Amino acid sequence: MAGSGELKLLGVWTSPYVIRVRVVLNLKSLPYEYVEENLGSKSALLLGSNPVHKSVPVLLHGGRPVNESQVIVQYIDEVWAGTGPSVLPADPYERAVARFWAAYVDDKVGSAWQVMLFTCKTEEERAEAVSRALAALETLEGALAECSKGKPFFGGDGIGFVDVVLGGYLGWFGAVDKMIGRRLIDPARTPLLAKWEERFRAAEPAKGVVPDDADKMLDFLRTLLAWNASKSK
Amino acid sequence: MPTPILTPSSLHSGRHTTTLSQSTNTTSNQKPTMASTGLVLLDFWVSPFGQRVRIALAEKNLAYEYVEEDLLAGKSDRLLQSNPVHKKIPVLLHGDKPVNESLIIVQYLDEAFPETPSLLPSDPYARAQARFWADYVDKKVYDCGSRLWKLKGEPQQQARAEMAEILKTLEAELGEKEFFGGDHGFGFVDAALAPFTAWFPSYERYGEFKVAEVAPGIAAWTKRVGERGSVAKSLYAPDKVYDFIGVLKKKYGIE
Repeated sequence: MAGSGELKLLGVWTSPYVIRVRVVLNLKSLPYEYVEENLGSKSALLLGSNPVHKSVPVLLHGGRPVNESQVIVQYIDEVWAGTGPSVLPADPYERAVARFWAAYVDDKVGSAWQVMLFTCKTEEERAEAVSRALAALETLEGALAECSKGKPFFGGDGIGFVDVVLGGYLGWFGAVDKMIGRRLIDPARTPLLAKWEERFRAAEPAKGVVPDDADKMLDFLRTLLAWNASKSK
Repeated sequence: MPTPILTPSSLHSGRHTTTLSQSTNTTSNQKPTMASTGLVLLDFWVSPFGQRVRIALAEKNLAYEYVEEDLLAGKSDRLLQSNPVHKKIPVLLHGDKPVNESLIIVQYLDEAFPETPSLLPSDPYARAQARFWADYVDKKVYDCGSRLWKLKGEPQQQARAEMAEILKTLEAELGEKEFFGGDHGFGFVDAALAPFTAWFPSYERYGEFKVAEVAPGIAAWTKRVGERGSVAKSLYAPDKVYDFIGVLKKKYGIE
């Protein structure tokens, strides 16, 4: 069942949560209008569409908002089930496994990412968050081996749910790597993930939406931290 | 509040195995219909997350074997092997395959047993709304509630204000609907939130507020879900929850 009504995505180019939605829209070759939000001054459309969290991404389908990135990805997968590849597998157990690892990524990697970039107050706190992220990535190395069964992605032959959820963070990982002087996805520690990263970045749906300019991201970070600081004054 | 059928002591008597058919008057060695679903739930009596799964299984009239993990004593090998990543209950074993995380388990039950009443609606937009609000409950209720009974002074006041905000937000979403599921009836969000109704009286005592004053719509919904069979048989009385919080506080050395 193809959906009627236009697609509009409210986002921020660096957000892992926005990037994953864009990868999925690209995967299914779905045209959409992209609106870059200014986090320092959120649009009325954003605030009206997501009054609970006031965050991006927001997908507007025929004007109706869908919020929360993992919810949005599943929504797209269900509405456009016949269009392009599926993001979630068909088998109920495999779907549960994919949802489990997607939740793990946002819970463990996502929370550490937030601290290491946005909320840490000391270098100790940042280092502790980096350790937590590294530990989570080691667990995901095992998950990749299990889920891919030798194939290129968590989703198997093609990009799937866990791939887009983790893939959304790759832009920021590049920036963090530069900041801390070591790689979060280290080929010596997590060789499967390192190869997976190359494949994901090179994949057609990721082109143009997974950032690869670490300096540009670090500039963005400085701007964002300045906004946050001025808000709390 | 409804009086639950079960008390912790009865959990070990083995009577908590439910079956699809009431009469097991067979002369063969056939096990009760529990064997045909192959479902085993590793759980902890008072866990609101485990209760979501119990509610879903009851709504679907699915037989399963309930296994109580005595978390205060330690974790069983079966639990540690079934959920090595988080080492937490609930874990649903379907045959030998473990499914973890309560809302993931509930969705799995919808998808693996499509012939049973579903908790998620069929329309994709309605499903997206249901997933959003279940996620909201997951992100907010337990964490804020825990801060109410763990903390004192200013941080506790902050938790109290946040809890009021959460309840009002949920009330606005519920609106005039009987259940969060709306036209679908009792659904995913109802199952996600219902177990916390047994915690509300504890939150009220620690936070010194009344749900009925802060969010009367949620208080009314609490009463309605409490009368639903699947919920009534899955939840424990609020004073048991309150006592359990007392046990936790002692265990973690919280005043």
